[in-house]
Amino acid sequence: MTLLTGLRDWIAGFLGEFLATWLLGAALIMTFLAFNVLFLVLAERKLAGHFQRRVGPMEVGPHGSLQSIADMIKLLGKQILTPVATDRFVYLLAPLLVFLPTLCVASLIPLTGAEAFANQPYGLLVIVALSGVTVLSIFMAGWSSNNKYAVLGGMRSVAQVIAYEIPVLLAALSVVMIAQTTNLRQIVEAQANTHWYVLYQPIAALLFFIGITAETNRAPFDIPEAESELVGGFHTEYSGMRFAMFFFAEYTNMLVLGALGATLFLGGWLGPWLPGPVWLLLKTYAVIFVLIWVRWTFPRLRFDQLMSFAWKLLIPVALLNLVITAILVHGVG
Amino acid sequence: MTAQTPTLTAEPLDTYTLNMGPQHPSTHGVLRLVLTLRGEKLVHVDPVIGYGHRGHEKMAENRTYAQFLPNTSRQDYLSGVIYNNAWCEAVEKLAGIAVPERALVARVILAEFNRLASHLMWIGAYLLDLGGWTPQLYTWDDREAILFLLESVTGSRLTYCTGRFGGLSRDLDADFPARARVVLKKLKDRWQEYEDLVEGNVIFVQRTRGVGIFTKEQCQSYGVTGSSLRAAGVAYDVRKVEPYGAYPRFQFDIPTRPESDAFARYWVRVQEMKQSVRIIEQALEQLPDGPILTERGLGSKKRLKLPVGTQYYAVEAARGAYGILLVSEGGTEPYRAKFRVPSYANLAVMQDVMPGYMVADLVGILGSIDVIIPEIDR
Repeated sequence: MTLLTGLRDWIAGFLGEFLATWLLGAALIMTFLAFNVLFLVLAERKLAGHFQRRVGPMEVGPHGSLQSIADMIKLLGKQILTPVATDRFVYLLAPLLVFLPTLCVASLIPLTGAEAFANQPYGLLVIVALSGVTVLSIFMAGWSSNNKYAVLGGMRSVAQVIAYEIPVLLAALSVVMIAQTTNLRQIVEAQANTHWYVLYQPIAALLFFIGITAETNRAPFDIPEAESELVGGFHTEYSGMRFAMFFFAEYTNMLVLGALGATLFLGGWLGPWLPGPVWLLLKTYAVIFVLIWVRWTFPRLRFDQLMSFAWKLLIPVALLNLVITAILVHGVG
Repeated sequence: MTAQTPTLTAEPLDTYTLNMGPQHPSTHGVLRLVLTLRGEKLVHVDPVIGYGHRGHEKMAENRTYAQFLPNTSRQDYLSGVIYNNAWCEAVEKLAGIAVPERALVARVILAEFNRLASHLMWIGAYLLDLGGWTPQLYTWDDREAILFLLESVTGSRLTYCTGRFGGLSRDLDADFPARARVVLKKLKDRWQEYEDLVEGNVIFVQRTRGVGIFTKEQCQSYGVTGSSLRAAGVAYDVRKVEPYGAYPRFQFDIPTRPESDAFARYWVRVQEMKQSVRIIEQALEQLPDGPILTERGLGSKKRLKLPVGTQYYAVEAARGAYGILLVSEGGTEPYRAKFRVPSYANLAVMQDVMPGYMVADLVGILGSIDVIIPEIDR
């Protein structure tokens, strides 16, 4: 940490204190997220392999551990195609925009009690607001590709994310009710005094998990990119690094939403012996492991079933849970 | 099944055309579907076939009966043994060639193993269509065991050509029954797992129940056969209705289900696999000793001239009734060979069934019918 502080002070010498912190933080987060994607892709392929009685990648590096790097180099080397009929400006903008919201959200997750890149009093609200923006670039990608499969994928994505953001928000709200704050750091600190909120709010935790599965477009809710129906969904027409951007965003989104889940329900950085950020990472990866596990176990829902599941089951249950929480919090506490 | 795309001028403004295939991950080969959609709802489905046309029927007219043998297993590449046997049996029947007992039973064993392999492959591919990736690896693991077994007898893994006029070209090894029983045991151990993980899966049941229903009348008018017909409640199986080969000796049931939806088709196929196992077990018990081939080289050009006549011969292939119409004018080559393939009729019924469902269901229904495009195109 002293090294980082030194680096920041050195940059602050010619750029000013505010800009130095901002730049350094952004660079750190970007670097971490990039490595995280490399790790997650490998983890997903390895785990999927073992779920399927295979061994997964084995060729590149010891036990296939460098496979992600080989994949990355392959994607970098691929030709970037732009179909003639696209809406060029939007088509080029979409892959650049797609991971900006996730990047912002990543900076808002508190790593420890002492250190956090941003300590926002309304952290949770900002996160929910920002993560809703991701869908915009997905729809931009689908629409501008001028491909019917991509448009279908984009439209499905919008409908799905809007539907599933509501139970996620309601589940988060019931945590807010107990913690009496929307500041993520204070939510974690509140869990230090009592138990993890997953014990108080098991239903909310489950709803939150289902919600983030849908928001990250993962099976059984992967209909925006349903391969057997829509070929590649919204990213059908993207190749090379532009495709990799969407890929990058998807896995980053998994990490960020997993970390949010760990913060809200699993006590964030709290834990004995190990430093705070390590605990947070462990819990996040535990959530992601379940996400991967679910993906390689279940078939895909149909679009209308997916929507009615959200609107007719998840949202009423989430509302009911919220009301009961409100009564308990105000009646008891 | 016309090959015409709806013209743009004729198209109403609230619908659009989506060209699905011929290169699409879930059209199972080079099938092209011209879909007219309203939102995600199907208004009209127009299957376009013929991308893999190789002229099998014309080829048959220019080759001797024996030379055409390898072609048969390239029509339906997933149940090659059954097609191969059917061609041999059709020629044998027209020429009046006697087949040794051992060969008759061995043909049944190989054909049923092939049917099992085909159905296993279908289960995996179907769940893949529905978005479940993992089951495929498990069913293919079972299929692999069967392929090893078939390879040890026929020498090939997919496009088998072991049938000869008057028997089989190779005999079953002495340890074949033992190895076959090991494979059967492995299969039987897996049934429960499939039932728990697939039939017990809420999402799978939701995706398949009440989806892709066609009536008995539709089946009749289009000529739907095989598992799709049995899932519509009609107990029609060529092995029972017009028994051929050694089938009359074995006890087996025809599983049927009245619902006629995708789930019923899945269920019927799984039950059929159990019946196949039953047939193989009986056949292994009853496998007689003796020669496997009446006479070697019977199919050679000098010797095999079929008498003048017309012969229709039908078998139950993995996808339904497969028929061969053989017209001979006394030469070494058939005057005409016409193949009745099950997938053609099974696909044709689709354009009546599909409208009203969603795009996601299209994949689910097409998969549940289990079409093999090369046999339609031939």
